[in-house]
Amino acid sequence: MCLGIPGKVVWINGDIAGVDFGEVVVEAGTHIVDDLSVGDYVLVHSGYILEKLDMDEARKTLELFDELARVQQEAS
Amino acid sequence: MNIPAGFKSGRNCTVLANQIRAESKTPAVIMEVCGGHTMALYRCGIPSLLPSTIRMVSGPGCPVCVSDVRFIDRAVALSRLPDVIIATYGDLIRVPGSTSSLEKEKASGASIRIIWSALDAVAMAAANPDRRIVFLGIGFETTIPGTAIAVREAKKAGLSNFFTFCSHKIMPPAMAALIDEGVSIDAYLCPGHVSVVTGSAIYAPIAADYHKPCVISGFEPVDILQSILMITRQIESGRVAVEIQYTRAVHPEGNRRAQALIAEVFSPCDDWWRGLGVIAGSGMRLADAYRRFDAAEAIPVTVEEPREAAGCICGSILKGVRMPADCRLFAATCTPDNPVGACMVSSEGACAAAYQYGAHEK
Repeated sequence: MCLGIPGKVVWINGDIAGVDFGEVVVEAGTHIVDDLSVGDYVLVHSGYILEKLDMDEARKTLELFDELARVQQEAS
Repeated sequence: MNIPAGFKSGRNCTVLANQIRAESKTPAVIMEVCGGHTMALYRCGIPSLLPSTIRMVSGPGCPVCVSDVRFIDRAVALSRLPDVIIATYGDLIRVPGSTSSLEKEKASGASIRIIWSALDAVAMAAANPDRRIVFLGIGFETTIPGTAIAVREAKKAGLSNFFTFCSHKIMPPAMAALIDEGVSIDAYLCPGHVSVVTGSAIYAPIAADYHKPCVISGFEPVDILQSILMITRQIESGRVAVEIQYTRAVHPEGNRRAQALIAEVFSPCDDWWRGLGVIAGSGMRLADAYRRFDAAEAIPVTVEEPREAAGCICGSILKGVRMPADCRLFAATCTPDNPVGACMVSSEGACAAAYQYGAHEK
């Protein structure tokens, strides 16, 4: 029950949004997130959107590993 | 860049595991306190990628597992009232109480409905005015806002037949209690989704007063390995801090709207944890303005004397002092199909994850 699932907002109707998980679209409450738009990536947990996902931060995190791989390759 | 794939990437895992092996010198026990992390660790075989200096242990992070037998027994008693419908998240119905479980009561005819969102229970109350709906609120800071929203909606709609029976818990008091009890922990891998709601400051006392590095981690294998590397770097440099690895979801200040909702609808209380006993300030009860929705007060029932299953060591497993394979019931009489202890029930429980991913076959 404790699983947060990332998905993409495909529609918003008042307090409820449709979130696409790839294979299914589920309804999730929008009560605790601000400025939600269709197309946002979000984290859904037990029926509610907990937070919007920051894709720029995700990209920055992944870029660190490219750098780390390069350093390891040079060292070896 | 394919972002979701990047966090599952084998190359990134290899790079991070290499780096951890190169940097880790000091033996360290790292405890995770989130069912999602327990599952991800076993599913992805992360311990097998780590050097012998690092040992991962699971703590009391599965909300279903830490629900005390007294909670299950009262829920069972409530389910036996003919006009009550129990609305619950799915995992909970199989947790053994002293002599029964919600699943057994359902088989005997009790009205027990599995729901996806706490709001489903509010809709159920509106649609069934002649029944009393009892929503079982369990979980940590991730599920507490959902219960708070449901209670507020029920109040707004003037529903007099909606109730919650809550065993919501907050994590930091349990993290401190384990160290106070002498459990050997060198660092905490902190729960990502709890921290989305709370922010990072809740772990500040664990770092400042208990001197344990804390890293807030996401749930993909790459997230967890990066978090272990961040912990390793703190340990090797003698630094102790709260750091966020899961930056795409967690802000240091957390989700303020969710925090405000929790503060409005709930107030802290002492609560029972399976295996750990009562931990001061670790629970959440409805605040005075919402007390009429509290099933524990509004619907009196007689509850049986609590009794734990003989031989079950769930309590020690939840404290991280014993491993699932140390239990003589594990994979013998206690299996996911026929769980004796709570840790074998939810897929996020340490025993269920160990069973599913083959710890009993080694």
